Amino acid sequence: MNSFLNQSRPLVYCPGCSHEKITKGLDKAMTGLNLLADKTVIVTDIGCSGLFDTFFNVHALHGIHGRALTYASGLKLADPDLNVIVTMGDGGLGIGGAHVLAACRRNLDLTLIILNNFNFGMTGGQYSATTPTDATVGSGFLNQAEIPLDICAIAESAGATYIAKCSALDEDLPEKIAKAIEHKGFSIIETLGMCTGRYTKRNKLSPKVLDQMITGLPARSGVIEKNQRPEYGERYRALAKKMKTFPRAVTLEKKIDLKDYQQQEVVILGSAGMRIVTAGDLVCHAGLCAGMHVSMKNDYNITVLRGQSVSEILISPEKIGYPGIKSPSVVLALSDEGVLRRKKIFATLKPDTFVLKEKSVTIPKTPADVVEIDFKKLKIKKQDWALASLGVMAKKEKAINKKMLTYALKSRFNEKVCLIAMETIKKISLASS
Amino acid sequence: MALSFMEGNEALARGAIAAGCNFFAGYPITPATTIFNNMLQMLPPKGGICIQGEDEIASMGYCIGAAMAGKKALTATSGPGISLYSEQLSFAIGSEIPLVIADVQRLGPSTGSATRGADSDIQFLRWGSTSGVPVIVLAPKDAQDCYVLAVHAFNYAEEFRCPVFIASNKEIGMTRESFDMDSITLPRIVERKLFSGEAYLPFEAKPDAAPPFLPIGGKTLVRQTSSTHGPDGYITIDPETIAQNQARLRKKIHSAQKRISLFEENIKDTTDTLVISYGVSARAVEDAGKVLESKGKPVSTLTLKTLWPVPEELLTKKARPFKRIIVIEMNLGQYVHEIQRVLCDKKVEFYGQMNGVLISPEKIMEVIENE
Repeated sequence: MNSFLNQSRPLVYCPGCSHEKITKGLDKAMTGLNLLADKTVIVTDIGCSGLFDTFFNVHALHGIHGRALTYASGLKLADPDLNVIVTMGDGGLGIGGAHVLAACRRNLDLTLIILNNFNFGMTGGQYSATTPTDATVGSGFLNQAEIPLDICAIAESAGATYIAKCSALDEDLPEKIAKAIEHKGFSIIETLGMCTGRYTKRNKLSPKVLDQMITGLPARSGVIEKNQRPEYGERYRALAKKMKTFPRAVTLEKKIDLKDYQQQEVVILGSAGMRIVTAGDLVCHAGLCAGMHVSMKNDYNITVLRGQSVSEILISPEKIGYPGIKSPSVVLALSDEGVLRRKKIFATLKPDTFVLKEKSVTIPKTPADVVEIDFKKLKIKKQDWALASLGVMAKKEKAINKKMLTYALKSRFNEKVCLIAMETIKKISLASS
Repeated sequence: MALSFMEGNEALARGAIAAGCNFFAGYPITPATTIFNNMLQMLPPKGGICIQGEDEIASMGYCIGAAMAGKKALTATSGPGISLYSEQLSFAIGSEIPLVIADVQRLGPSTGSATRGADSDIQFLRWGSTSGVPVIVLAPKDAQDCYVLAVHAFNYAEEFRCPVFIASNKEIGMTRESFDMDSITLPRIVERKLFSGEAYLPFEAKPDAAPPFLPIGGKTLVRQTSSTHGPDGYITIDPETIAQNQARLRKKIHSAQKRISLFEENIKDTTDTLVISYGVSARAVEDAGKVLESKGKPVSTLTLKTLWPVPEELLTKKARPFKRIIVIEMNLGQYVHEIQRVLCDKKVEFYGQMNGVLISPEKIMEVIENE
């Protein structure tokens, strides 16, 4: 192909704008590389660089300011055969900085052309993240209180595997762009250019000054050796390929027939680290083994191994409607902070509610039937108190029975863990008889 | 019978997989994180892609890119993430990019409470984008609904080429419960309608439908743009073209309103009160209904599963025989305004609660009995 440029859509840049050179340079680069139009997409940002997609006969996606790299990444992940070229100005670089950093770290095979012309051309020449401190811009004095950033230096520290910086007016711009496209991995090519509509009206900028700006900074001309590593897409696919097993839903066959089972509400009040959620899960499994419907809500802190841990379980012969606790049939009070979290319920409990309280735990006054157990004295570790309490519940046939608990342990745990759990339950059963 | 046991978020992920979802990108946020966790376990073995974005904006961008390459994309977040999705949502809505967004709502405003439920975002989901173009919002009441509605959501996203929200809630997403998964008949899977003629114009469509799709990266060149565009996908300033497209974006969804109005009902002939609700609160309403019936004071109930577009015909028809309408929602009055608007000839009473706890059946009975 001689050119990818769309003859029916002539370039519309301001006279003298460097973007025209870059457009033509990109076209030459793409032509020279013999890219396939249907396997190439130009993704553009907002501003004058956002016009690029309209000039080329390839796939095109023009999106929101600063986000071009996000669409480009989605496209490349979905279709690894695509050549994905992104154009973005210094405006997009500023607002979409997080995405530039992420793209550098990730090393997905995209090419980012940053068209740095030191200001926001379309909106009136306001200062951007790359405007020199001493420039005269459309943002009054504001740029004089800030410094410009060097995206190439940032990209290097963020892990970019290919970085080039050049003048938009360089004779060999097409070759430079082609090299960036050819690089397998994330490549950045920053072009310094002239915004003749805005910036050069108030600031002295010539091709020579652009060259001086480039020579004043560390040379950036391609592959960054120290950052070389596998391309993200390939790495991702290799890692993902190792995941072969689709996780099956936890589904339990009915094993036990229960006669006249009424809805039960079990509240387990404990602390993080006491395996409260596991105990709640076991109660649910016990219900499921008997063909009962169950629901479980847990309440714990976002931090780990600190704070309360509360599990609220419903077991019902019917499909469960309101999933909240109304009138508990069993309350396991296993730590003070757990009790504190639900202290209001104790006064409302019915006389036939079964409350199991560890000896060290203080509970508010309650009309319920309270059984106290000294787990410490029984040499049961704190992390097993909840499990041991299930043994007590099963023995006393409160909400669950021994058969249900045995099925629950067998379905929830592997053989080894199941045996250890059975030991704990045996210990408490003997002690509480 | 064997019952499955999972939280609403897992059920939603399983529904997405059943619908053919093959791309997920999201950013961790309580109470939606476990959708991401589940998709990360489920997608790779199926050859799908699961990505953690650097932020919510990026996650939506990845989904948009993937959807334009032909993938069925899902993302999941909560209120603060929906805020960040907003600009990308406007793009997806206006440029007809199919997506499914799970919003596991939590108590707002703002950061609010990460682990407390509320139906905070019901109006936000509808209006949290520029230009007021309609979207589709489905509301599950339990884990089983999460599973089934995820399939509907993908089907609608594919058919209408628009973002479809699943307005879940912490109290559904993070509650584990049982349901008989094997006995559920899922809706038939709808695939995106592909263009098959000559000379593809990416936004050329019938006046009340989405345009046929072709992927970026396919044999035919495709243009996608967030700018105001004509059928060819290039910027336009032609008022007639703009007006036609704006009208079509509305019509394609509104004209399907009746067909996509999902609901459950328990209408009893002799009652004069209809209680309308949605989401997790509907379960308390249904429980309250059972107790009142046993007390000899029955009421009828209507549980909406499609919130947007507002099921206007359904509401009008179902409410007709009733003297008294009561709306219950887990916020301080959002969707009730739609019901009042549609049932403007009726007295519509409201009870809402926004304190981080579920509305109980007792409270609802009190509202119903306190005439």
